[in-house]
Amino acid sequence: MGQASRSQSNATVESRPDGARMAETGSQSVRVSVTVNGHARTMVVEPRMTLLDALREELALTGTKKGCDRGECGACTVHVEGRRVLSCMTLAVMQQGKRITTIEGLEQDGSLHPVQAAFIEHDGFQCGFCTSGQIMSGVAMIEEAKAGWPSAATADVTKAFTIAELSSAEIRERMSGNLCRCACYPNIVDAVADATGRS
Amino acid sequence: MHSFALSRADDTAQAIAVHANDAQLAFIAGGTDLLGLMKDRATLPERLLDINGLPDLARIEALPDGSLRIGALARMSDVAANIDVRRRFPVIAESLLFAASGQLRNMASIGGNIMQRTRCAYFRDDDGPACNKRRPGSGCSARHGLNRNHAIFGWSDACVATHPSDLAVALAALDANVVVRGLAKVRSIPFTDFHRLPGSTPERDNTLDRGDLIVAIDVPTRVEGRGSHYLKIRDRESYEFALVSVAAAVATDRRHLRSVRLAMGGVAHKPWRLAAAETALRGVSLDDIDALRSAIAESFIDARPLDHNGFKVELAQRVALRALQTAGERT
Repeated sequence: MGQASRSQSNATVESRPDGARMAETGSQSVRVSVTVNGHARTMVVEPRMTLLDALREELALTGTKKGCDRGECGACTVHVEGRRVLSCMTLAVMQQGKRITTIEGLEQDGSLHPVQAAFIEHDGFQCGFCTSGQIMSGVAMIEEAKAGWPSAATADVTKAFTIAELSSAEIRERMSGNLCRCACYPNIVDAVADATGRS
Repeated sequence: MHSFALSRADDTAQAIAVHANDAQLAFIAGGTDLLGLMKDRATLPERLLDINGLPDLARIEALPDGSLRIGALARMSDVAANIDVRRRFPVIAESLLFAASGQLRNMASIGGNIMQRTRCAYFRDDDGPACNKRRPGSGCSARHGLNRNHAIFGWSDACVATHPSDLAVALAALDANVVVRGLAKVRSIPFTDFHRLPGSTPERDNTLDRGDLIVAIDVPTRVEGRGSHYLKIRDRESYEFALVSVAAAVATDRRHLRSVRLAMGGVAHKPWRLAAAETALRGVSLDDIDALRSAIAESFIDARPLDHNGFKVELAQRVALRALQTAGERT
């Protein structure tokens, strides 16, 4: 995906005669300003660069992993505006002004996030490749459940969902977008369940 | 990915004008299907137009006549979590919750969901097998190939693919309308007319033209909305496309079916309404399993399974029965 010679045009937005605002043209790179883990950052990216590649290669945040690069494995999960998304299926150029959180941004003042701590306590990983995606997904998933979002495991979607109903079956369903080829699923579910009570 | 340019639209009329005059331009909203198609080189637009900044297209609201309007830029997760949608049309919320993953539902737009392209492995394959959707006239590898996941209704020798959207099945059952804004006017397309059968032009999935933008989905108010259910059967229990799915919406009178709406996914190039079964089911008791079964079978007389998907004919009828029963319990 990376190009050896990349134009460094900083043209951000220019007007076209027909009124549509063009961010750039061709393979010219664009400057994109975002807030990553609480810090203002600027990335210079080609339009075709995914958020995943931009985080890893432009911002050197390599905690976010590249597994399938097709939106199937969940290893690249990050938060954009507080929501879990797949950075491999997101274009960096479309993130102008967005607030992004990666695994590197979860700890606060040197303390692990409760979901991170729970993964260690419950041994929720073996090789570790899917772990940052699992944890980013778990953190946001708990917030979704607290907000009352139902899932495919919810018996009756017409009723309000409460966090007390976040059973193991619910966690498994809600975490199904994150694959673990070491098959640590039981411990991952335990870790997320434990962290739900603490976070 | 190939090299392309990207621009941002902030005015709907201008976005439509740009699209109408540029055959190499594609709209992008959530991008969850488009980026996959581009990575697999199934589509190679030279220019993308980011429509996420268009005003007022992400709302979920009740219209004055009581119908539900879902903005084309609303995200799957927002619609699935919306309590009015869940109470009035549980089949819509369920079809969304049984699709994709939590991450993808946060990204994918409603307009993009019904525009997604088939998951036929030959279509998605970048190694160049014959596929009339990718290269019109090249043939259909699935017609006599690995077609376990393919259509049993409405296919042609040119294409046996199925439509992957779960939401589309629910919307077809509810007789929703796709609100499309073109260069000249806004029009409402009945949902069952939105997607096409393949015929001899399977490269066209739907009836939209260049310069058309989906702005909303309108779901008419109807008593069957509440008594509705989406049942999806797949090879793994979560995060998988349907082998067969059924959206059922019913109204009952003392456990007798007063009106029935049934649509199926995973069986055709478009959501497949079971019109003959709907007629035959009227007046049948929810407790008369044999009568329910024979009424459903009315819609399977013209099923045409392929070499490897004969199982879908029986499976689909059982799924329809169960969806109908669950929907009936909600009335």
